[in-house]
Amino acid sequence: MSEGTPLFRGYEVVVGLEVHTQLLTKTKMFCRCENRFGASPNTLVCPVCLAHPGSLPVLNPQAVRLGLRAGLAAGCTVNPVSVFERKHYFYPDLPKGYQISQYAHPLLSGGTLRVRTSAGDRTIRIHRMHLEEDAGKNLHAGIPDKSHVDLNRAGVPLLEIVSEPDIRSPDEAVDYLKRLRQLLRATRVSDGNMEEGSFRCDINLSVRRPGAPFGTRVEIKNVNSFRFVHKAMLHEIDRQIDAVEAGETIRQETRLFDPSSGTTKPMRSKEEALDYRYFPDPDLPPLRVEETMVEEERRAMPELPEHRVTRLVETLSLPLADAETIVGEEALAAYFEEGVSLLEATPATRGDKGRERWLSLVLSEVLREFNRRGEGVLSGVTAPSAVVPLVGKVCSGDLSFSQAKEVYQKAVEEGVDPLAIVSRSNLAQISGEGELLSLVEAVLAENPSEVDAYRKGKDRLFAFFVGGVMKKSRGKANPEKVGEILRAKLGSPSS
Amino acid sequence: MKNPFFGSLADFARGRDEGRFSLEEVTAYFLDRTRALSGEINACLSVNDNAINRARQLDNRLRREKAPSALTGYPLMVKDNLEVRDMTTTCASRILEGYRSLRTATSVSRLLSLGAIILAKTNLDEFAMGSSTENSAFGPTRNPWDPTRVPGGSSGGSAAAVAAGLAPLSLGSDTGGSIRQPAAFCGVIGVKPTYGRISRSGLVAFASSLDQIGPFAVEAEDALEAIVAMAGADPLDMTTVARDPEEMRRDFSQTTLSGLRLGIPSALFGDGLDGSIRERLLEVRKALSSDGVREEEVDLAHAAMGINVYYVLATSEAASNLCRFDGVRYGFRNSGTGSLREMYEETRDKGFGLEVKRRILLGTFALSAGYQEAFYRKARKVQALIRQEFLTAFSRCDVILTPTSPTPPFAFGEKTGDPLSMYLSDIYTITANLAGLPALSVPAGTDKNGLPVGVHLIGPPWSEGRLLALAREISRQRPAEMPRVHAMHGNAPAGAGGRK
Repeated sequence: MSEGTPLFRGYEVVVGLEVHTQLLTKTKMFCRCENRFGASPNTLVCPVCLAHPGSLPVLNPQAVRLGLRAGLAAGCTVNPVSVFERKHYFYPDLPKGYQISQYAHPLLSGGTLRVRTSAGDRTIRIHRMHLEEDAGKNLHAGIPDKSHVDLNRAGVPLLEIVSEPDIRSPDEAVDYLKRLRQLLRATRVSDGNMEEGSFRCDINLSVRRPGAPFGTRVEIKNVNSFRFVHKAMLHEIDRQIDAVEAGETIRQETRLFDPSSGTTKPMRSKEEALDYRYFPDPDLPPLRVEETMVEEERRAMPELPEHRVTRLVETLSLPLADAETIVGEEALAAYFEEGVSLLEATPATRGDKGRERWLSLVLSEVLREFNRRGEGVLSGVTAPSAVVPLVGKVCSGDLSFSQAKEVYQKAVEEGVDPLAIVSRSNLAQISGEGELLSLVEAVLAENPSEVDAYRKGKDRLFAFFVGGVMKKSRGKANPEKVGEILRAKLGSPSS
Repeated sequence: MKNPFFGSLADFARGRDEGRFSLEEVTAYFLDRTRALSGEINACLSVNDNAINRARQLDNRLRREKAPSALTGYPLMVKDNLEVRDMTTTCASRILEGYRSLRTATSVSRLLSLGAIILAKTNLDEFAMGSSTENSAFGPTRNPWDPTRVPGGSSGGSAAAVAAGLAPLSLGSDTGGSIRQPAAFCGVIGVKPTYGRISRSGLVAFASSLDQIGPFAVEAEDALEAIVAMAGADPLDMTTVARDPEEMRRDFSQTTLSGLRLGIPSALFGDGLDGSIRERLLEVRKALSSDGVREEEVDLAHAAMGINVYYVLATSEAASNLCRFDGVRYGFRNSGTGSLREMYEETRDKGFGLEVKRRILLGTFALSAGYQEAFYRKARKVQALIRQEFLTAFSRCDVILTPTSPTPPFAFGEKTGDPLSMYLSDIYTITANLAGLPALSVPAGTDKNGLPVGVHLIGPPWSEGRLLALAREISRQRPAEMPRVHAMHGNAPAGAGGRK
């Protein structure tokens, strides 16, 4: 236990996470049906994923590659031989009556992920990663007295990523999940889309007094967002501490998170646990991974998020927090970096100033619209090639930064090229000496008492005059030039 | 029973190419005979309505072009656990009654692509579980040699069909002897190829690691041609092995008896082996010796555990493979008004027969937490020993000879009340499945009651050509007799209820 381990009502929380992530393969794990979300029910199915008699599974090599890639990215050891087994249970969404999954011999073992919370940096160990197939979905809604089943998802490739019980707080759990998802997205292993269920999480949680042996763990299922992970854990921590303090023993069980109440409810106890009767699937020979395949994946590995953050901080002097925010969204990071290279390509925008404005625009306007509207705002009329010229206009003094932000906003809303908006609304910044001088003189003439006060030493009023000029110009005046002229007109305040 | 058109596949091809007969008349002959004997033999569960059409089409084509293969137009029957698109595949089970296949098994489609004509789908023990075809939900098949006796099983329909002259070639599946034992009981050749030789895609799985598809025929060469046609790697079955099928043809024509080393595991020829079978076996050995075959004593001490190992492994895999028959997506469903659990229970209780349920229970038990170590895992270890023992034996011999079955064909009902004695029917054949080895049964005369006796040859992996060459020699020494079956109305045998 380290110094900084957070305590909850005097208890240490011990958490391990199991993540199921769908792989971005073209086809399913054991048949050649398309792997795609959102199709009409039961249209992406075949005799294999419907478990018709006589059908046999055929392993999708792309799934193996993506699994390897994820494992290598997290520093896992690739096991040269892994084994697919059958996990048996009856449920309508499981056509064969068993799920094919790796059990005793997973594809990948070991590995780590760095997390960073207010409590500091820590390394969470990854126990294993293994390949398996997804089940279909039972549909109960809107059909009285009947259930339907959609088997489009049946057989979609999954990578299960199991952490060691190294996580010590809800914040850390959420950060682990965010960074893991980021890693899977950066390596194009998964789209990590939680709403569509392509990134799902089960929580194993126990509490103990610091230094005591591990408590009895409880598994929480059905936690479908980062917010719910946090909420479910806080609730479960309290529930377990309450029980311990009341002298009760924690039962080893599986609980279900209920998003509407924010609580966890018992699903099944250890005694009710199913006997899955695992045994090696005789239809699938042991999976042998050639070293050449591992090397290919190692060589093809894209830049990992952790490295990207470091690079942005070191080569572009980004503040760490900003770099993490940008890298946190794979698509946003690509957007930002494309913009940086466009800025560098033009002498007028090259250098720190242009980059700072670009960063500021991306972190404020672009990030907000991205969160609100999704990836669409990163291309088309608001692609970097269209938005960077706005920053160029700010650099050349033709546009104020606040004007640039407004233009960006309008461009997104109307779907119109930003430069077209600039010329349409006659937004060019007023930089001409004469025009600015008359504006300044008008403002000073309208506020004689403030001018007097300023000259007597109330120098805070300088911003008031600048604001007045900006207002009079409807935001079009170049604020730097306005400052110069004001300073010349007013002289220094006497002290 | 020989047909009036040809005696072998080669003879058929000559007759066809010389225009001695049309494919239509050959096909019609076999279909008529099948219908006429359906009451007496009950070898088939469904007849291919399209067979005559296909024969006509092929006749037309052959007027314009040369037949691409000896098998073009050759009539074929297929065990009803092999899928043929748009035909029913019932596995002789209520749970699949009326189920129509969406695809054709790779093995069958390879024969079809050469022009073979499917006549019918044949009867079997439900899901290939049994040694007598008495476990068919649609009534047992009768032995063409004696309608009061079983044809063996589970591929009893396919064996009886060839013996009764309903088809010159048929396909079965063999998990523990399901081709070879009925071949012996019906007096025909039956071959179980090396595991991985023929794709299992489209074979409804019983025990996936043991199942292989193979042919029944009268002539060794016909069986060889069928295997060559079906063999080879299949992208739909990851357990197939890329191995050149032509190698079998070469071995078949080049194997000579002189100097061949025949392994004799005499420790296995003790208690429980029928006297006349022992005599036939000795005659075969004598004849082979005089042709220059050398005998080598081999030790297969672990083979005695074969039955135990088999009934743990095969039932474990079967229990798993049969989970998919749950009434949700296809086949029989007993919906009722109850819960999901009740639907599962009622569907599987009413859909499966007694023997299938017995094996599901055994297999589920053998894989259960707390028992898996003592049963499933231990059986896998003994299986590895058996495999090793065979490989050691094959360093000293080329082929191992045993009886196919410890007894001649038994009477209906004789063993249905005693599953263990039924299981012992497979004592000689089961180890070849456990070790993944090719093996066959070839007729070696009859017993004191005039019932057929088969001898069993096991070879090292990929030695089907050699085994069939030896079978050809054994057949030469003792030309196969065929039962004289005439259409007549016999009494229904005891056992499971008839189809209607």
